[in-house]
Amino acid sequence: MQSLGSIRRDFSPWNDPAAKPYIVFDQVTKKFGDFTAVNNLSLSIYEREFFALLGASGCGKSTLLRMLAGFEEPTSGRILLDGQDLRGIPPYRRPVNMMFQSYALFPHMTVEANIAFGLKQEGMESSKIADRVAEMLRLVKLEQFAKRKPHQLSGGQRQRVALARSVAKRPKVLLLDEPLGALDKKLREETQFELMDLQQKLGLTFVVVTHDQEEAMTMADRIAILDKGEVMQVATPAEIYEAPGSRFVANFVGNVNMFEGMVTARDASGVSINSESGIAIRTENAGDAQSGAKVAYAVRPEKIKVSSRPPMDTANNAAEGEIYDIAYLGDMTVYYVRLANGLVVKAASLNSARLTDDPLTWNDRAWISFKPDSGVVLTR
Amino acid sequence: MSNAALSQAGLPAGTDAGPGTKLLRAVAGRVVIAVPYLWLLLFFLIPFVIVFKISLSQTAIAMPPYVPVFDLSEGIFGLFASLRELSFENYLWLTEDALYFNAYLSSVMIAGASTFLTLLVGYPIAYGMARAPATLRPILLMLVILPFWTSFLIRVYAWIGILKPEGLLNQFLLAIGVIDQPLIIMNTHTAIFIGIVYSYLPFMVLPLYSALEKMDYSLIEAAQDLGCPPTSAFWKITFPLSLPGVVAGCLLVFIPAVGEFVIPDLLGGSQTLMIGKTLWNEFFANRDWPVSSAVAVILLLLLVVPIVLFQNAQARAQEQGR
Ligand SMILES: Nc1ncnc2c1ncn2[C@@H]1O[C@H](COP(=O)(O)OP(=O)(O)OP(=O)(O)O)[C@@H](O)[C@H]1O
Ligand SMILES: [Mg+2]
Repeated sequence: MQSLGSIRRDFSPWNDPAAKPYIVFDQVTKKFGDFTAVNNLSLSIYEREFFALLGASGCGKSTLLRMLAGFEEPTSGRILLDGQDLRGIPPYRRPVNMMFQSYALFPHMTVEANIAFGLKQEGMESSKIADRVAEMLRLVKLEQFAKRKPHQLSGGQRQRVALARSVAKRPKVLLLDEPLGALDKKLREETQFELMDLQQKLGLTFVVVTHDQEEAMTMADRIAILDKGEVMQVATPAEIYEAPGSRFVANFVGNVNMFEGMVTARDASGVSINSESGIAIRTENAGDAQSGAKVAYAVRPEKIKVSSRPPMDTANNAAEGEIYDIAYLGDMTVYYVRLANGLVVKAASLNSARLTDDPLTWNDRAWISFKPDSGVVLTR
Repeated sequence: MSNAALSQAGLPAGTDAGPGTKLLRAVAGRVVIAVPYLWLLLFFLIPFVIVFKISLSQTAIAMPPYVPVFDLSEGIFGLFASLRELSFENYLWLTEDALYFNAYLSSVMIAGASTFLTLLVGYPIAYGMARAPATLRPILLMLVILPFWTSFLIRVYAWIGILKPEGLLNQFLLAIGVIDQPLIIMNTHTAIFIGIVYSYLPFMVLPLYSALEKMDYSLIEAAQDLGCPPTSAFWKITFPLSLPGVVAGCLLVFIPAVGEFVIPDLLGGSQTLMIGKTLWNEFFANRDWPVSSAVAVILLLLLVVPIVLFQNAQARAQEQGR
C-alpha cells in the first residue's frame, strides 16, 4: 500500500521514532461526578503540528482542551507540555492560549484593547504592544475596526478578533474550540486557509476542536477521532479516510458501504470474503484478518463503479441490482443500487462530462463493481 | 388592551382592518403607554405641585396652617389675588439658618458613607450568590428578600435591642471577654450606618446580583488564559462589567438614605442631624408646613442629580446590548 501521508509532505514527525512529542496526554481520565467525560486517553501531539480533535457532540473534545488550558484538572493521568507535567499549574501560567467556542471577547473593551490584553499582562512595553496589535489587526484584516466594541461587530469579525487575541501572545500552543462554528460556509472556507497560513507563518502548534469532518480534513496534519471520551484513531486525513481502523471510524468520516462477512481464505495476495450481501469479495488490503474472522469490508461510494453493462469479471467484487434512487449533486451523482438480497449500495460517480453516454435512471438494471484495492477490511 | 387581546377578540390582525379597528388599536396602544404617565401625574406631579405651592405660602394659625388657601368660590380673580401672595421667602429662610445647610450636608455624607459600606457588604454577597450552583440561587435570592416580610419599623427597633449598652451585642462581647466596658453604639453615627446598611442591603444586592449573574464566566477564563491572575481578572473584567449594577445599587440605597427618617430617629439619637428628621420636626413639632415643604422641595432637587445619573447609566447599560 502506498503511503497516505500528511498534506505537508515533508512534515511527519509522528513517523520519526527519534522525534519527541510536544504535548502528551498520558492515560488521562476526567470524571464529572460519576460521569466519565474522558476515559484513559493517551495522545501525542508534535511541535508545529496542526492537530484536530474530531468527534460527535459531547464526546469530550472541549474537556480535553480545557484540561490542556488548565481550566479542568484530570481526575487521573498526566498531561505533559514540552516534557513538563502541567498538573497544578494555573491557566495564567501556562504557555497555552485558547480561542473559546463562544469567543469570550471582553464586551467593555475595544477590539484593540481586547487584543492587547494578554500582552499587557506580560508586561510588554506599550510601543511594542501597539506594533503587535497593529500587526494582528492586519493579519485578521480588521484594521478599520480597531476602535469598535465587540457588540458593534458582525459574528465573523468577532471570531477574527478572538483569533487575533489568542494569537497575539505567540503562545507555544494555540487551542481552538470550534473556531469557525458560527461562520457561513464561504467565510468558513476562507478562514480555514487563513488559519493554516497563520500556523505555518508563526510556526505554532495548533490543536483545533471541531465536529465538522470536512474542516478537520482540510486543515489538520493529523486527526484524532474521539468517541465517548476515548480515542478511536489518530492518523492523517488521508489515512482516516482511506484506511479507517474500525467500523466506527469508517462510518464516522464520510460515506461508506459496509459489507459484513467472513474471511474464507487468506493467501499471499490477499483475502477472500464471503459477504452477507452475496458479493464474493477479493481484496489485497487484508489487514490482520485471518481466515474465519468476521470482518467488514468498507468501500467508499466514489470507488464503486455503476454501469448498465456487466464488468469483465462478474465473479468477484461485482453484483447486479436495480437503481433504487438517484441523487444528483451537480459535481457528482449518487446512485442507490438495491441488490438481490435487498441491501442498498451507494455509488458515486463524478460528472466529468456534461452529458453521459450511459444514462441510468430509476428502476434500471445496473452492475456495481469495485477494484481489489478499493476498500479496506475491518476487524474491529 | 394589548394586540394579543385584540386578535383574541376575533379582530383581523392584517393591515386591511377597517378604519374603526385601526383607530381602536391606536388608542389602545396609547392607553397602555399612558398608564405609567397617568400614575406619575396623579401620585407624583400633582402632590409635588401642592407641596411646591405650600412652600411658597406663609404660616398661619389656622387649618390648614398656611395662607393663602386657594378658594375657587371667589372666582378667577380671587385665584390671581392669592397667587400674588406667594413668595420665595421660605427658601431664603433656609439659606439664612445654617441648621438646614448642615442637615443637608450631613444627610448626604451619612447616606454616602452608608452607601459605600452597603456596597462593601453587598458586593461579596451578590458575587457569592451569582457563583453559587444554579439550583441554590433561588433559595439565596429568597433569603435576601426574606427580611421584607417583617415590618421595617420592627426590624429597626430590634437593632435597638441589639445595640443598646445592655443589649445583646454588648452582653455577648462581655461574656466572651473581648471587652470589659459596654460599647456605646446606640445614638452614634455607627448605629445609623448599621441600620442603613442592614435595611438597604437587599436594594444593593439585587441589582449587583443581576449584573453579576448574567456575566459570562468564560470571560474570566479567557482573562486567565491570557495570563491574568484571578484577583487582577476580577478588577479588570468582573468589576467593570458589574458597574451598571454597582451604580443602580448605590443609587437605590443613596436616594432613600438621604431622606431617611426612621433610622436616624430611632438609632441616631437626638443629636444626629439629618434632613429627614429636620423635615419631621418642622412639620409636626413646629407645625411650619411652608418651611418643611421648602425643605422637601430642596431635598427633591438635590436627589434629581443622582436620579438623572442613574437614568443615564441605565440607558448606557442597555445600549451595550446585553
Ligand atoms: N462541568 C461539567 N460537569 C458535568 N459534566 C460535564 C461538565 N463539562 C462537561 N461535561 C460533560 O462531559 C461530556 C463532554 O463534554 P465536552 O464539553 O467535552 O463535549 P464536546 O465534545 O466539546 O461537545 P460539543 O461538540 O457539543 O462541544 C458531556 O457529556 C458533558 O455533558
Ligand atoms: Mg465543545
